[in-house]
Amino acid sequence: MKFGKMTLTAAIALTAVMAASQAMADDVIIGDIDDLSGPYADVIGKGGIEAINMAIADFGGSVLGKKISVMTTDHQNKPDIGASKFAEWADQNHVNMILGGSNTGVSIAMSKKALEKKVPFIAIGAAGASLTNQDCNAYTIHYAYDTTSLANGTATAMVKGGAKTWFYLTADYAFGTQLQEAASKVVEANGGKNVGSVRAPLGTSDFSSFLVQAQGSGAQVLGLANAGADTQNSIKAANEFGIGKTMKVVALLGFISDVNALGLKTAQGLTLTTSWYWDANDETRKFSKRFADKVGHPPGENQTAYYSATLAYLNAVKAAGTTDSDKVMAELHKEKINDVYAKGGYIRADGVMIHDMYVVQVKTPAESKAPWDYYKVISTMKGEEAFGPVTGLCKLAPKS
Amino acid sequence: MSARLTPILYAVLLVLAVCVPLLGVYPVFVMQLLCFAMFACAYNLLLGFSGMLSFGHAAFLGSAAYATCWLVTAQHWGTVPAILAGVAVSAILGTIIGAIAIRRRGIYFAMITLALSQIVYFVCLEAKFTGGENGIQGVPRGSVLGIVPLQSDIAMYYFVLAVFVLVFLFIYRIIHSPFGQVLKAIRDNEPRATSLGYDIGRHKLVAFILSAAIAGLAGSLKGLVLGFATLSDVQQSTSGLVILMPLIGGTGTFFGPVIGAGVIITLQQYLSDRVGGWVTVIIGAIFVACVMAFRRGVVGELIALVGRKTKTS
Amino acid sequence: MTTIFGYPLIVILSQLMLGLVNGSFYAMLSLGVAVIFGLMGVVNFAHGAFYMLGAFGALLGLQWFGIGYWPSLILSPLIVGTIGIVLERLLLRHLYKLDPLYGLLVTFGLALVAEGSLQNYFGSSGQSYPVPSILTGTWNLGFMILPIYRAWVILASVVVSFTTWYVIERTRLGATLRAATQNAPLLQAFGINVPRMVVLTFGGGVALAALAGVLAAPVIQVSPLMGQSLVIVVFAVVVIGGMGSILGSVLGGLGLGVIEGFTKVLYPEASNIVVFVIMAIVLVVRPAGLFGKE
Repeated sequence: MKFGKMTLTAAIALTAVMAASQAMADDVIIGDIDDLSGPYADVIGKGGIEAINMAIADFGGSVLGKKISVMTTDHQNKPDIGASKFAEWADQNHVNMILGGSNTGVSIAMSKKALEKKVPFIAIGAAGASLTNQDCNAYTIHYAYDTTSLANGTATAMVKGGAKTWFYLTADYAFGTQLQEAASKVVEANGGKNVGSVRAPLGTSDFSSFLVQAQGSGAQVLGLANAGADTQNSIKAANEFGIGKTMKVVALLGFISDVNALGLKTAQGLTLTTSWYWDANDETRKFSKRFADKVGHPPGENQTAYYSATLAYLNAVKAAGTTDSDKVMAELHKEKINDVYAKGGYIRADGVMIHDMYVVQVKTPAESKAPWDYYKVISTMKGEEAFGPVTGLCKLAPKS
Repeated sequence: MSARLTPILYAVLLVLAVCVPLLGVYPVFVMQLLCFAMFACAYNLLLGFSGMLSFGHAAFLGSAAYATCWLVTAQHWGTVPAILAGVAVSAILGTIIGAIAIRRRGIYFAMITLALSQIVYFVCLEAKFTGGENGIQGVPRGSVLGIVPLQSDIAMYYFVLAVFVLVFLFIYRIIHSPFGQVLKAIRDNEPRATSLGYDIGRHKLVAFILSAAIAGLAGSLKGLVLGFATLSDVQQSTSGLVILMPLIGGTGTFFGPVIGAGVIITLQQYLSDRVGGWVTVIIGAIFVACVMAFRRGVVGELIALVGRKTKTS
Repeated sequence: MTTIFGYPLIVILSQLMLGLVNGSFYAMLSLGVAVIFGLMGVVNFAHGAFYMLGAFGALLGLQWFGIGYWPSLILSPLIVGTIGIVLERLLLRHLYKLDPLYGLLVTFGLALVAEGSLQNYFGSSGQSYPVPSILTGTWNLGFMILPIYRAWVILASVVVSFTTWYVIERTRLGATLRAATQNAPLLQAFGINVPRMVVLTFGGGVALAALAGVLAAPVIQVSPLMGQSLVIVVFAVVVIGGMGSILGSVLGGLGLGVIEGFTKVLYPEASNIVVFVIMAIVLVVRPAGLFGKE
């Protein structure tokens, strides 16, 4: 009868899906769960997928005799989608490693699933340092940068330069809160004062009412504890309201993609902390050209981090002789990371990938000689200095 | 004819449902489906059987989910007490919202439920214990009264299935009780029901509270199944989704909402990887198609078709 | 800096000004919803989507065809209004005899289709639209800083809103429209083409939404989801003002914008829900709305 036909069709469909997933079960599967369409889509996005593929190609295409394949999905900045997809890929698709995140809230949700399902998770793009403190676990690695290193770089430079009183415009979720906290600590440690803050939802399109509150505070600095499209919109709105005349606008997390979107005229003079810059040396330039030929522009720091993390993982699998998560994680903690992204990098017990960070300043239109020639490096922070000492908040890395 | 066939069909489906883990289907997916089916059935109690269109039912799903998840993580409550607490929360919320909304009918009723559920959303966004945009994560499943552990997907699945069957039977009993008959009378002709002496307000409110409580039960279970409670649970889009489910399946039928939930959840699950953002568009298109052409829904059309067949035969 | 009750004057006035800008958008959008509901009995949940399409009309007009802001102010509403008329003829007119809830559900579905499709092509993050050069810059009035463009938005919305109100409530054309809602067959008997008026009314309401979208484009990032959260607030405004009342929507919209602005100064977290709290109160105390007639 009608019900019979329906159940039969359903059964056939299910078998097809099961058969399809069987084909991939023998591969080594890398999953990429990231923001592909929202405020952070330009930071990593589709370029990140390209970076993973480049790493797989450079590694040789296969490891331990198995083909390496990639699955990707868009988490739309929703922790429930990120966590559900993580769990589903772990349960149903035998994914061996997942990287990505971008959004701290989503990344925290995913790292909890990483622990539950025992699948290595390399968080890239998210900044919240809680991933390696209160929220740390044995299967999570925090790769590119975190709120501690960003604050140590940018906030220190600004306060030492004379900007003493701070007001924060904060993205209203884990990332913004943690970045504001980290910056506040640095400001106070260097003799400055935190005057106040206002919280704006992620993806706010009109920052004007928040900026009005900032202006009313009388602080010297407007610290932007947000990222991606939020940072761009805050800076544009700040310009519209002439905030720059009375306050210094500081982007606590800024990417080269933001500078590109804003244009040098608007972005010039911004002080930023970055983990990598495409124009640093010949090796980085060569890599960037390869990337740009495929994607159309040089890679941002996170996209290169994707490349490096993929390579690090595959190297660990090779060294361990297996894809077993515990053995691979052990290898990852032993590994020395020397590639285009970092030299002498290593993964600490709490999961932070320690490597050098750079404080840069955005060039003026006159100083820039070529497309994407945006940064001049002001100073370099050694890894241990940038990421600070172990805080003891993570049980895996107690204070010695 | 259908009276004889229906119990057989239900029995077949029950057997299939029990065998799901053996068929290799992802248990978490089916559990999600069952939770949303429960949500849709609860909603249809209001829409199909009482004639009230609520536009903010996600408030009940989400508030119970948050309550249960918070109690389990922050207060270390047992699983069953936390679920019951979640249901209580949504029932209380249902009483408050219902009492205000019942005073008006039709469009105005819908608007009130919309506005009040938006208030719930923003409260969940701002309140400390809900974790705002991050939600409550890493929620453990615990065990049933300390006896049966629920960590494994299989164990959890049978638990959810058992609850679903009980809820389904419960709704069946409500509709076929005298109380249910009065609800249907109010839906069909409110002035006449009033003139017959029935307390319209009380009946509507009780229906609303029941609907909210069962929706809360669905929310609590879902939170435990997936291990988190997030803003998506209280968002306007979820309210829209639960309106669509009985609409697709058939508002005047029992199984309609379940079919509708099945269609929507399966769509979201299997299409999202293949067609990504088009899922919203497809759902919107189905909405339009259902209202324009298939107002009786899938099950409704089937019943009408079968009815026509027996008439001519 | 000068303060009132501990709040800097400049903050209060700036938030009020911003509130007035938001209120202008609420007023224009509520106007469209009220006109459509009052004259057609359709609850147009797609109004936010039409607003968004208006903004996209301006954006794409600029990006693809180099059409500037000023021509877009007329062109975009015309195009979007036509789309609205097409949808009305195809879908909505079959629903007039039914419960208004069906119209609500269909327009809800249409909004999902429009927003979902555009989201696929453009992502959910907004794109910026430049402020027209004549209107850039700010006036420093001493006690507050007023961006010129936002002043223009307030002016334009108030003019358009009150003009629409005047046409509907005080002119013969408006009288005819109002008569059509009360007794269409009788009006038809007088030889007036009622169906055509209904269609044009819908198109007009939609065009108003699109116009609001074009005005909003330089202020807010043009994103496929820009209408989604707005439409719920707009409905709250319409209910507060009274579902068929034009004046109610305009005054309600402006008023609510100002109240929101005040709330942002005093208790920012509540600014999102103040509209809904007021709506719930009004619905319980005075169900027809502040200016409505039951």
